[in-house]
Amino acid sequence: MSLPEGLKYTAEHEWIAVDGDVARIGITDYAADKLGDVVFVDLPKVGSAAAAGRVVGEIESTKSVGELYAPVDGEVVEVNDAVVDDPSLVNSDPYGAGWMIAVRFTELPALLSADEYAALTAE
Amino acid sequence: MTALFADRHIGTDTAAQKQMLAALGYPSVDALVDAAIPAGIRLPADAATTLPPAASEVEALAELRALAERNRVARPMIGLGYHGTVTPAVIQRNVLENPSWYTAYTPYQPEISQGRLEALINFQTMVTDLTGLATANASMLDEGTAVVEGMLLARRASGSSSNVFLVDADALPRTKELLRHRAEAVGIVLHETSYDMSPPPADLDVFGAFIQYPGASGRLWNPAEVVAAVKAQGGITVLAADLLSLALVTSPGELGADVAVGTTQRFGVPLGFGGPHAGYMAVRAGLERQLPGRLVGVSQDADGYPAYRLSLQTREQHIRREKATSNICTAQVLLAVMASMYAVYHGPRGIKAIAHHANRMANLIADALREGGVTPLHELFFDTVTVRVPGRAAQVVASADAEGVLLWQVDADTVQFSTDETTTAADALVVLRAVLGDAAPAGLGFKPISRSIDPDHMRQTEYLTHPVFTTHHSETGMMRYLKYLADKDYALDRGMIPLGSCTMKLNAATEMAAVTWPEFANLHPLAPEADTAGYLQLIEQLSGWLADVTGYDEVSLQPNAGSQGELAGLLAIRGYHLANGENRTVCLIPSSAHGTNAASAVLAGMKVVVVACDELGNVDLDDLRTKVAEHADDLAALMVTYPSTHGVYEHEIRAVTDAVHAAGGQVYVDGANLNALLGYARFGDFGGDVSHLNLHKTFCIPHGGGGPGVGPVAAKAHLAPFLPGAGGDVHANPISSAPHGSPSILPISWAYVRMMGAEGLRRATGAAVLAANYIAVRLREHYPVLYAGDNGLVAHECILDLRPLREATGVTVDDVAKRLIDYGFHAPTMSFPVAGTLMVEPTESEDLAELDRFVEAMIAIRAEADAVGAGEWPAGDNPLANAPHTAESVIAGEWTHPYSREQAVYPVHTLVHGGKYWPPVRRIDQAYGDRNLVCACPPVEAFA
Repeated sequence: MSLPEGLKYTAEHEWIAVDGDVARIGITDYAADKLGDVVFVDLPKVGSAAAAGRVVGEIESTKSVGELYAPVDGEVVEVNDAVVDDPSLVNSDPYGAGWMIAVRFTELPALLSADEYAALTAE
Repeated sequence: MTALFADRHIGTDTAAQKQMLAALGYPSVDALVDAAIPAGIRLPADAATTLPPAASEVEALAELRALAERNRVARPMIGLGYHGTVTPAVIQRNVLENPSWYTAYTPYQPEISQGRLEALINFQTMVTDLTGLATANASMLDEGTAVVEGMLLARRASGSSSNVFLVDADALPRTKELLRHRAEAVGIVLHETSYDMSPPPADLDVFGAFIQYPGASGRLWNPAEVVAAVKAQGGITVLAADLLSLALVTSPGELGADVAVGTTQRFGVPLGFGGPHAGYMAVRAGLERQLPGRLVGVSQDADGYPAYRLSLQTREQHIRREKATSNICTAQVLLAVMASMYAVYHGPRGIKAIAHHANRMANLIADALREGGVTPLHELFFDTVTVRVPGRAAQVVASADAEGVLLWQVDADTVQFSTDETTTAADALVVLRAVLGDAAPAGLGFKPISRSIDPDHMRQTEYLTHPVFTTHHSETGMMRYLKYLADKDYALDRGMIPLGSCTMKLNAATEMAAVTWPEFANLHPLAPEADTAGYLQLIEQLSGWLADVTGYDEVSLQPNAGSQGELAGLLAIRGYHLANGENRTVCLIPSSAHGTNAASAVLAGMKVVVVACDELGNVDLDDLRTKVAEHADDLAALMVTYPSTHGVYEHEIRAVTDAVHAAGGQVYVDGANLNALLGYARFGDFGGDVSHLNLHKTFCIPHGGGGPGVGPVAAKAHLAPFLPGAGGDVHANPISSAPHGSPSILPISWAYVRMMGAEGLRRATGAAVLAANYIAVRLREHYPVLYAGDNGLVAHECILDLRPLREATGVTVDDVAKRLIDYGFHAPTMSFPVAGTLMVEPTESEDLAELDRFVEAMIAIRAEADAVGAGEWPAGDNPLANAPHTAESVIAGEWTHPYSREQAVYPVHTLVHGGKYWPPVRRIDQAYGDRNLVCACPPVEAFA
């Protein structure tokens, strides 16, 4: 299970790449693996508001449905149309081409490090 | 001396049972069941019963014949969503009366269901073509509930904040009743309007609008402007369209409608006093994910060949639970197959000719009425004519009735009638005599007839253009097409379908016999009571017997599926609390419950609160007490399945029901697992207030490949006033379009109970529990059995835990399920109620040889998995990973796999001469189908 060091993580199995006041968000390799083959991704509109802990999108696999939670308060400034067109990117490249949304935030909440997240998902 | 039917129905005889009991270490079936079922809930063996002693098959048929003779088959011109039709004999014999079609299960294992999946994709193509919309499902339960689902879809999809839904004043009366009952529970406000004649206020904000097309009164008008106006304010329009009329008039899609719904009954499906029939729903592009129910799509198999499967399963309630698009699960597959084959057999020209005939007969009558001085109410119509006969309506209807033709009395001054495929000149003359009396013509003669469809409103576009609709028009061709499709599928006529929680027991030939008798098949649901005495007696008897065996006071047979029975039961609880002046809305549901429970609770206006289960899969009593205390003031109900969804007789069930009652809540006992209880315990005796039963599980109605179902709701007396049809009033608390749901298949369950008697039913339960425990004990050392109750025993099903196997060998539940196909079996239920497991329910009908064949297969598969685990075969290339194997895959080209061809397709020698089932496709790529959604017949070249 790959877990890039430079990223932050949440207990909802999301990763966050922070660049200035913008957080780019996706789901972890672990989450993608648990969901199985992702077939549909529903993302919010650019310009919509995101509230930490609230559902902003949906990720469907052939077997189950996962929800995308906003890890931060802020405004959605970018969404990945490529992953909507080709949901398999979530499985093939969860930390790269499979990213979901970018949110301009005001304040960054406490997030998990790669080690802390690894401990969380250890079985 | 005739054999006892129970001895035919139960697969294991005394000698076999003795052998099985020895493996389990019990002296008798009764001793085994005594050890399994908690003593506190058991019915005394000598408990009184109102069931008559078992009849033989010959006696039961004679009694059914006597009931049938009390029904009168008249010429049904009542219309209102139900029309005369001719079931092509080739379809009746090869589909409706053919166990290869009617004993199949829902196509969750697509590799062994390609035949009916193709038939269903033909159905979807037929519906999308005729409605002019992008995607259709397969199928809905009936027209009225399809309209309700359309309303719910409109609210989900419109994004409007309004809670107002417009309803056509000229809608079918029953549809209006259903909308009222269902809208109220979920906080939707209905606003009735006649659109163009008295339009709703311009400033009325709505989330959607419903239009009956053509109207219930027969009126044919063009609603394009209304559709556009609703769309302009962000609403969704739902048209209930008569599918046959769409052969002649502009389609809903061309009018700009978002959703079309209706029934396909008049496509060759017998009236059956109201059902079963397949409803339909089609949506425009962009709304596919909002469709309720099952949707067939095209994907590809491991060799890249096109293959069918159920698409977008994640919309359904077994995944989304209370967030599901709808609670619909069982559909009307057998009837949808019949309707689709009617279109295949007649083709576009035949369908158009049938539509023309109906329209021409209506015009012929209308013209003669005008000549006789009676002008029909509407100048434009398809097949339904309404006439004013001031003060004479009852007399007109009675006069036609005396000549064997049924008309509909709208009110004291108005009658209406509908023409159809079967309407003859003689029928027309009866109508004319009834309305015109002495002024009626003696014959119809040859006259130019009027047009009742505006030329601008005529359909200009093609339909049924796929070659499948023009290829099979000879009876030989049709017979062979149906055989070709049936041969692709695995049904009970091939072997055991050990699906946990589905109860795939015998559907005996005698039970099925009466379904197609004209006296049961050809009655209109609104036929006068005098015509239906036999049916009403059968319904009353069956209801009484079902109440008796479940310990309830009242039974309604109206719900068309378990999901609908469940909803009816929860709506009854809602009605009861409201009548007591209490606004209780919390519904407790154990985490192990079937997803439909949660989906139904939401539709009954309840809020779902989940109760934890302990490690044995039982309701966690501490958590239950906490949740009950937390919601004491607004606790409406607890929904609990008994025996539990884990296949265990929960010991503390009385403590559970007592805790809920003490807080003022009602107990809903889900009857899905009744087959483990019948004759030994009754829901009503251990705290159940209301339950639904599944006649298509416990009481032998065949699954039909995914419907029809019948889901009676049974309740204690205090809830009886809130049941569908309460107090004999068919308008009370409606849950289905037809007043008695799906009567034509009730003779099946009637015959089952009649031929089993109380003793037979009890023996069946014992045999079912014995079979499940036998499989558990035989397989225990190869696969852990996940849950067990008292004395280490399971109920009527057992859960095999495959997670340790995956851990040790990498072999998945999918691999085992698909490998079972190579061994000639339908897989057990996969990953329900626990992911990574198989739930096996053998039922009482399988004999010991078949049970042993299954055990042998499972043990052999375990050995294959161990070989993979030991590295003898690579993880990606072994008999499990490559399963199932088609004939082509082992013959074509060079064999490069590390196991032999024989190992691939004849893993046990008995298959060589034992009637091997060959799957038509290899493993289907589920993700490909959902990522590339195609839900209509693929072009012929795709199969090249």
